Amino acid sequence: MSGNDDIAHIEEELPLQDLPLDAWHRAKGARMVGFAGYHMPIQYEGIMAEHGWTREHAGLFDVSHMGQLLFSGEGVDEALELLLPSDIKGLKPCRQRYSMLLDDEGGILDDLMVSRLDGAAFDGADIYMVVNGATKYDDIGWMIERLPDEVVMNHMDDQALLALQGPEAGEALAALIPETADLVFMQSAPFIWRGVPLWISRSGYTGEDGFEISVPAADVTLLADALCELPQVKPIGLGARDSLRLEAGLPLYGHDLSPAVSTIGADPGFAIQKRRREEGGFIGHARVMKELADGPGSKRVGLKIEGRMPAREGAPIYAGGTQVGEVTSGGFAPTVGAPIAMGWVSLPHSAIDTALEIEVRGKRIAATVAPMPFVPHRYRRKA
Amino acid sequence: MSRYFTEEHEWIDVEGDIATVGITDYAQEQLGDIVFVELPAEGTSFEKGDDAAVVESVKAASDVYAPISGEVVEANGALEDEPALVNSDAEEDGWFFKLRIGDASELEGLMNEAAYKKFVASL
Repeated sequence: MSGNDDIAHIEEELPLQDLPLDAWHRAKGARMVGFAGYHMPIQYEGIMAEHGWTREHAGLFDVSHMGQLLFSGEGVDEALELLLPSDIKGLKPCRQRYSMLLDDEGGILDDLMVSRLDGAAFDGADIYMVVNGATKYDDIGWMIERLPDEVVMNHMDDQALLALQGPEAGEALAALIPETADLVFMQSAPFIWRGVPLWISRSGYTGEDGFEISVPAADVTLLADALCELPQVKPIGLGARDSLRLEAGLPLYGHDLSPAVSTIGADPGFAIQKRRREEGGFIGHARVMKELADGPGSKRVGLKIEGRMPAREGAPIYAGGTQVGEVTSGGFAPTVGAPIAMGWVSLPHSAIDTALEIEVRGKRIAATVAPMPFVPHRYRRKA
Repeated sequence: MSRYFTEEHEWIDVEGDIATVGITDYAQEQLGDIVFVELPAEGTSFEKGDDAAVVESVKAASDVYAPISGEVVEANGALEDEPALVNSDAEEDGWFFKLRIGDASELEGLMNEAAYKKFVASL
């Protein structure tokens, strides 16, 4: 028997590093794998059980491998509007946006979250950014080269990041910090818990209501313990994080998003606000404008798969005898109870309900372009 | 009946000229929740080491090799409806397929249960 667990891809050249919660994960019985340069928990009791727990209660995820960056200085908004296609000037204090880092040709270097701080947190820095773990050093290098001297970037590698996700996440976090109940989706704020300064946003990447909590590495074990003592909360591994985000229809960088794919085809419309589309002035704007005018060559779509056999990343997608695309994320969806996939297909085959075929180990299986998310989002928005 | 084990985490029960093949409890534990098993059709002939079946967990697909040569005489249809049988009963009801043994000498050199336990402990 041989496995080819794609999330357990180990970067053999570099020794894996330990995250601040490493010993905590092991004590909780996690199975650890190499991911993005770190030992990470892939599962505790099993992906199906952990996935279900998060959909019904609240799951605690360690996402400390992600890069947490601070920006401050004169002209920081203008500098970031060159690097990001999003409206940074219009970003109000304690608000967060999904954005992307584009290369000169408009290809996607990373997707990220960007927030305006409140003027006091993190020593008065202006902007807080969370980027993917596997790309963080490349992102930092890319941005440093393009930021003016007046803007300072600080990589907070002594800061851990937890995500608490699920319908009971709000109730659970309020048991420790009652004021967090006032946050709504994509809002963030500073809080103090037992003397520890936290920066908490109401967001996540599972499709559920929930929070991301930035905490000093020295205090993260204490916080993780306090959260897991609550009846609603259990630790959840990377495996379930991936199946949850796939059901939520959210793209994963390095799989569904890459420099090769089109920003407009990725459907991150909400990452590029109207003013930025029209005015431009960001790296990669030419391609974005061209694709807005002409349409992208291909699109990121959801795929419902007939039968029980999952289609994985890399499986070719056919319309009759012609290959029209490729699966970029795929697996068994525990909440849906069937295999699902995300992939890129050429524009004429991207409409909802288009019948396609996916080739898995030489066999064709029937698939249909399906609306995403596969499981409805349950974000807590303003009433 | 004798039971043999491979370093690829298959078990083989031999009764007369028929071998029943499955994956070990250790293997199912490593794979996690199993959601699909692709089994060979009856009448398929394998050489030792051929891809014989595929077991899919939530996250990944893994190949199962034919541990010895032979012809498939039966596949475990119960796994079609209930792939999780491999998790709950890997070494009995969760068997994959039965082979008519092609070359019994290939069984020589495979591990017995004690040797397999020692092998797993060393991993």
